[in-house]
Amino acid sequence: MGGLTLRRILPATLLLAFLVAAPFFLSTYWVIILTEILTMSLFAMSFNLLFGYTGLLSFGQAGFFGAGGYFAVLTLLHGPPSLWVALAAAVVGTALLALVIGWLCVRLDEIYFAILTLGFGMMLFTTAHNWRSVTGGSDGLGGFTVPPLNLIAWQVSLFNPKYFYFLVLAVTLLGTLLLLRMVKSPFGLLLRATRENSNRVAFVGANVRRLRLFAFVIAGTLAGVAGVLFAIFNRIASPEMLHWSFSGKAVLMTVLGGSGVLLGPAVGAAIFYVLEHYITTFTTSWMIFLGAILVVLVLAFPKGVLGSVMEFFAQKRRGAAP
Amino acid sequence: MTQPIILEVQNLSRSFGKFQALGGISLKIPKGKLCALIGPNGAGKTTFYNVVSGRYRPTIGKVFFEGRDISGLPSHALVARGLLRSFQVTNIFPALTVRENVLTPLAVMRGLSFSFLGSMARRPELVDEAEAILARVGLRGQSHRVVSTLAYGDKRLIEIAIVLACQPKLVLLDEPTAGMNPEETDRMIRLIKELSDKSEITFFITEHDMKVVFSVAENIFVLNQGTLLAEGTPDEIRSNREVKQAYLGGSLDAASH
Ligand SMILES: Nc1ncnc2c1ncn2[C@@H]1O[C@H](COP(=O)(O)OP(=O)(O)O)[C@@H](O)[C@H]1O
Ligand SMILES: [Mg+2]
Repeated sequence: MGGLTLRRILPATLLLAFLVAAPFFLSTYWVIILTEILTMSLFAMSFNLLFGYTGLLSFGQAGFFGAGGYFAVLTLLHGPPSLWVALAAAVVGTALLALVIGWLCVRLDEIYFAILTLGFGMMLFTTAHNWRSVTGGSDGLGGFTVPPLNLIAWQVSLFNPKYFYFLVLAVTLLGTLLLLRMVKSPFGLLLRATRENSNRVAFVGANVRRLRLFAFVIAGTLAGVAGVLFAIFNRIASPEMLHWSFSGKAVLMTVLGGSGVLLGPAVGAAIFYVLEHYITTFTTSWMIFLGAILVVLVLAFPKGVLGSVMEFFAQKRRGAAP
Repeated sequence: MTQPIILEVQNLSRSFGKFQALGGISLKIPKGKLCALIGPNGAGKTTFYNVVSGRYRPTIGKVFFEGRDISGLPSHALVARGLLRSFQVTNIFPALTVRENVLTPLAVMRGLSFSFLGSMARRPELVDEAEAILARVGLRGQSHRVVSTLAYGDKRLIEIAIVLACQPKLVLLDEPTAGMNPEETDRMIRLIKELSDKSEITFFITEHDMKVVFSVAENIFVLNQGTLLAEGTPDEIRSNREVKQAYLGGSLDAASH
């Protein structure tokens, strides 16, 4: 099964070193882009726990992303001025929301599951959009002050983009490590088995619905955490965060980077934002160019960019071995 | 002295719309006896297994496993009690490795389904057990291959390995040799016979090849158009006139030569 060989540790260490050192040599502009990439990575990876690992295509993942943002902002507006409390409220809130919605959705799979999640996503969007007195309606919910992050001895002001970047890096890293542990656990094996053949999983004695529900709640909660970061970053929780097209972004990033690899969606997010940056510098109709490039990438890398690269190296090693 | 009954079915019926696929079947399977269910294509054999194994609910009738009423329980609850089945159409985990296919049921049996943070790689006892099961069905040394790259006959053996990993008491084998060439069939039948002789597991098998059935089964049930036509030892079944008619003479005569 392979232990922690150099081949595995080296790329991860280099990536981590780059991410930690980035604010010290990159401009503020790029630090902000990196912050967005990390936030979306967590969101897209949460989606991929369902899609790539469990075989469930959710079109409502943005609902939990947005709900996390609203729960946090509402807590900051009406509760104590503490980021930890806001984060905790968002975690509990999205977990409960995902439990209820998931309980209904996991009864079905394939296209029916996708449609159900799309439906619930639309309901959440409409709630955020129309319940003006609580959510601020189409304007979104802003006007809150971001309290400093209380780290026992330090009060870290998040108005400094670098500090906020480190918070996002830490949270996304924790989320990634949690997902990594999980996909290697017995639970992770059962999720993959469910993806492969859910009917057979029931005939080895496992409760498929409950497995899917757990995956749904974990994915929803992680999406909610990403939504908290996103809302604080933008100083606003807005209905667009819950829109189905935002769920579509997670799908796109995942397919782009590779759904079979844990970090695939993160690579997809990076490609997406970097492309967006370069294309918007020379044209305003950037969607056309972005779309064209994405089509080429998806055709050239059927397993996603990271997925195909990993497979290339795996084949090279196998070719060299015997 | 009578052998304890492991499976009892009472007046089991199942309809699909107006079509009655099973029309009131009653039978008993004694513990440890290798029994077979035969019948022409479309007789209802697979449907019978689907109802007994919890995939479909019975329209009427009851199923008792080790004396307890299990009618209508979901499949995963039946597996937990030791009632397993294999599938006529290979039904395994294609993109997982051979070992993972067996580790999956082992993890479930150990109650690890919801162990989120424990590492699968750090459970050598599970890996050892998986390897032992793979060796038992004749798939030693293939652990790291992805199942979809295996030969057809080996995929059918994975089906058996998965079932064994669930610590079964009773296994319903739905045409385990379907689609196999003669050598593969021979290997499969020897495996089933050996498992039946050397373990506590009771096997209840459907099989289209009459020669195989008559050589292996101790007791045979004949199903025709959803009802039980006959029951008995291979010799009794061979000489049964109604059975001969149902099979138009063909395969039964071939089997007795
Ligand atoms: N899910 C189903 N819906 C409708 N008809 C079915 C279904 N399953 C089986 N049948 C019908 O029941 C009959 C018995 O099928 P089956 O149990 O597969 O037979 P066997 O396994 O003996 O060949 C067939 O006529 C088949 O078409
Ligand atoms: Mg059949």
